[in-house]
Amino acid sequence: MKQKPRVAVFDFADCEGCELEIADLEEEILDLIEIVDIVSFREVMKEHSDNYDIAIIEGSVMRPMDEKRLRDIRSKAKILVALGACATIGGVNKIRNQWMHDEVLRTVYGEAPIHGNELFNVFKTKALNEVVPVDYYIHGCPIDRDEFKHVITALALGKKPEIPRYPVCVECKKNENICQFELGAYCLGPITRAGCKAICPTHNSPCEGCRGLIKKAETECVWEVLERYNLSYEDIRRRCTMYNYGKEECKVDE
Amino acid sequence: MSNDFSIHVEHLTRVEGHGNIEVNVKNGKIEKLQWSVIEAPRFFEAMLRGQQYNELRPITSRICGICSIGHSLASLKATEDALNVKITEQTALLRRLAINGENMQSHILHIGYLAAPDLFGVGSVLPLIASKHKDTVLKIVKLHRLANEMSDIICGRTVHPIRLIVGGFSAIPTKKQLLDLRKRLDESKAITNDLAQVIHSVVDKLPNFIRETEYISLSADDEYAFYDGVINSTDTGKFKDYKNYQTITNEYFVPQSTAKYAKHNRKSYMVGALARFNLNSSQLHSNAKNIAKLFKLKSINYNPFMNTIAQLIEFMHNTEDSISIIDKILDRGLKEEKQIKTKIKASRGVGLVEVPRGLLIHDYTINSKGYCTKANCVIPTNQNHANIQLDMEKIVPEIIDKPPKEIEFTLEMLVRAYDPCISCSTHYLDVKFI
Repeated sequence: MKQKPRVAVFDFADCEGCELEIADLEEEILDLIEIVDIVSFREVMKEHSDNYDIAIIEGSVMRPMDEKRLRDIRSKAKILVALGACATIGGVNKIRNQWMHDEVLRTVYGEAPIHGNELFNVFKTKALNEVVPVDYYIHGCPIDRDEFKHVITALALGKKPEIPRYPVCVECKKNENICQFELGAYCLGPITRAGCKAICPTHNSPCEGCRGLIKKAETECVWEVLERYNLSYEDIRRRCTMYNYGKEECKVDE
Repeated sequence: MSNDFSIHVEHLTRVEGHGNIEVNVKNGKIEKLQWSVIEAPRFFEAMLRGQQYNELRPITSRICGICSIGHSLASLKATEDALNVKITEQTALLRRLAINGENMQSHILHIGYLAAPDLFGVGSVLPLIASKHKDTVLKIVKLHRLANEMSDIICGRTVHPIRLIVGGFSAIPTKKQLLDLRKRLDESKAITNDLAQVIHSVVDKLPNFIRETEYISLSADDEYAFYDGVINSTDTGKFKDYKNYQTITNEYFVPQSTAKYAKHNRKSYMVGALARFNLNSSQLHSNAKNIAKLFKLKSINYNPFMNTIAQLIEFMHNTEDSISIIDKILDRGLKEEKQIKTKIKASRGVGLVEVPRGLLIHDYTINSKGYCTKANCVIPTNQNHANIQLDMEKIVPEIIDKPPKEIEFTLEMLVRAYDPCISCSTHYLDVKFI
């Protein structure tokens, strides 16, 4: 039998919720370890190996010391997978990029003696692909467990995982939800990549765009919606900044 | 015995986030002993500036995946306090279910996946699956799944809840879902009792270590406090002036850590399950009290390693409490409620909640247009860092004659007992310096 691919899980600046989603697979983790060997996963295991094929990485890059660690992981991994919004698009960590990082540091640390302390040496938040090449993306805040299984299974079988390129609206309509705009909310569903099963609008909450924005050609429908409901561009654009601050720099769309 | 040795644990495993332990001993004398938090700071304080009042909840949920329901509830309570929003009785009951569900999933994750491997002498839960303990692992998995599905039913999702909004819920569970959940919770009590027996059989692996310290948690007159209550201390008693919580938490900066530290009446204090147990154990439900009896845990217990046992006791309490809440909700009749209209005004609000790791406080200032201008969060794990450091300083001299590997293992176990949540603790909303 062919050797199972060796998988390592790493985390950078984030809430570790996506790793928790992996742990929350419960018994299904047992199915996954039939097809891959987990050789490093700091959040749940003490064992660690630097010999791995697939690196699954959660979190954003905030400091030179993190960037160095990420490059090191990239050099060891054959395949690098970005896990969750902080890794794929920068996520909420990018909200602070609207200010200069030294201003943010001053706001938070005041006059504390942090100069020269590498723990506090931050630059603007970066998604993983702003530092190293990323091979595959598992989107979401948090990720969808089924999509995680789908991507990992495909990679273990040596296939290229396919993820949706159409907007959340498609999945939302399938769930027969009342349109969030109809209910007076601002929803990013029309411009956000699907794959989450439209979970937020299904629980009567507007889409926040955590899976990244899809190609511009497909965003026209949202302008129609805006017109129909007399919504302001500023409000919806400001909504975009929860997960997609500086989205023009985001290179996720293949 | 070795006179010279050093221990350097980089990126401590089986905890949430990145922390290091460093010990240097020369000629039998401790030269350096340091617990440090090296997680990248995330600047939530700066990020909340300019956000609309109803977006503070979804953003602050992202401070932490494990405690996202707790952060959400503290956030809503702070926003509702500022805007004077009064929630309905049904909302209050459903939120209590939400906090119970989160406490259960977080506690069982820690007891079963993070702490138990130390008791069984393995590196993770995975080897236990292929051992004689498989049955126990499957029980843990079953309890973890139940707790997660409970959060799904109430909040729409376990990690980063969806339905929790200012003034109430965007959607509520059905009567059938609540009845099913009640049945499963009732059945789970036997499994939790079995698990308690298994943990009890290896409890002597927990070091018998004692260090007197101060314990702080919320306390309420009529229940074991999670969702509501006033700040209470084993040293100084109740403190009702909740908007001046800073006189209790006194956070400060240390250079080896991107997380804040805190102190009150002594050099450190502890929050979390053991603190709650020490302050409120008389209000536990009956089965939870029985587990406390099994482990002979009585308040005030000064052994931080017993935090894991206090979590087990709370798991049972949350189960029993949830059953009685579901009964209450169904007795009064579950109904769709209209969303409460919010009147915007310039104000400051503070929300306090007990989350799995202890007392969590959110504090927002909102302007006349409904946008946040200033925010502060006091995170449970930050309140514990100084206590962890002082525990280390007491325990290392007590075990200094043991092999360095054993000292390292004990220190790792000590930090894990606190179940630290380091992502939370480096959220960095506001820092005070001394």
